[in-house]
Amino acid sequence: MSRPSEKVAPPAVGRRIVHSHDGGQPGTHATLKGYLTGFVLAAILTIIPFWLVMGHVLRDRDLTILLVLTLGAAQIVVHMIYFLHMDTTSEHGWNMLALIFTLVLVVIVLGASIWVMYNENANMMPMSPQYAQHHLGQ
Amino acid sequence: MNSATPQFYCTEEPHPDNGAVLGFWIYLMSDCFVFASLFTCNAVLGTNYAAGPSAADVLDLNALAVNTALLLLSSVSFGFAMLAMARDRKRATLAWLAVAGALAAGFVGLEIGEFAHMVAEGAGPDRSAFLSSFFTLVGTHGLHVTFGIVWLLTMMVQVGRYGLTADNRRRLSCLSMFWHFLDLIWVGVFSFVYLVGVLR
Repeated sequence: MSRPSEKVAPPAVGRRIVHSHDGGQPGTHATLKGYLTGFVLAAILTIIPFWLVMGHVLRDRDLTILLVLTLGAAQIVVHMIYFLHMDTTSEHGWNMLALIFTLVLVVIVLGASIWVMYNENANMMPMSPQYAQHHLGQ
Repeated sequence: MNSATPQFYCTEEPHPDNGAVLGFWIYLMSDCFVFASLFTCNAVLGTNYAAGPSAADVLDLNALAVNTALLLLSSVSFGFAMLAMARDRKRATLAWLAVAGALAAGFVGLEIGEFAHMVAEGAGPDRSAFLSSFFTLVGTHGLHVTFGIVWLLTMMVQVGRYGLTADNRRRLSCLSMFWHFLDLIWVGVFSFVYLVGVLR
């Protein structure tokens, strides 16, 4: 039984030991340092977008939105690496393959829906006040 | 046929060492699709206020900050429980699980309070397409956390009774993935639905 110690000396070696099977237990290559690093990074990546929005730091609304979304995406990557312990070697790469497949489909579903609906809204005939009055009772 | 004949095909069924964990990962990926479609609804309908309250009117960013902190701390506490499990410390594992569960319960409690407040103000899910998509997405996440807490309590009883057996370790590993996954989804919720929502 090889248990990963809290202070594994070279990370590459530590990883190999864990993958040579601690009774097949996953997630054991987690370390205290890894969780704390993840926590600090996640906290920083949370505080910045809150500060940007709540403090009205930037005049430019679109730039703020872009920054918030970018920092959110960065934090998701941090969670993946430090909390979910994603790497290309775990489960022989199968969970990375599943993740990539999922991401491709999510990007298609999200991106294409937003694209299509944006164009539909932009090309919609504007509703006349008369139509609104007669048909919607407004 | 002598025994030295080389075999170029696999005689056994290939199967991964951590079948349950890989399977659970596939489940999480399918859950990703559920959330992706709900995020899409919110992206498309998020500004359809139907002359009702906008995101900036109804969403409380201070409460959101507290909730986000609770969930992140809960996620890290679960990580500590897994570290204690790796070192065969049953009591420490149970203690950290209890901390993670309590923080998540605080999260759900605050969220229910916020929902009740919004409904009382007339900003319920029936008010506009924006609010429908908001309640569906955030509510689905909250339900996941609630069921995670039920699972966590079940595991605490299991570990308390039978100890850190191989089965319980495997189950806790799956639950830890579920727990961290929900925190990951929450990053998308607070960034996109709340912070970007109030700016749209």
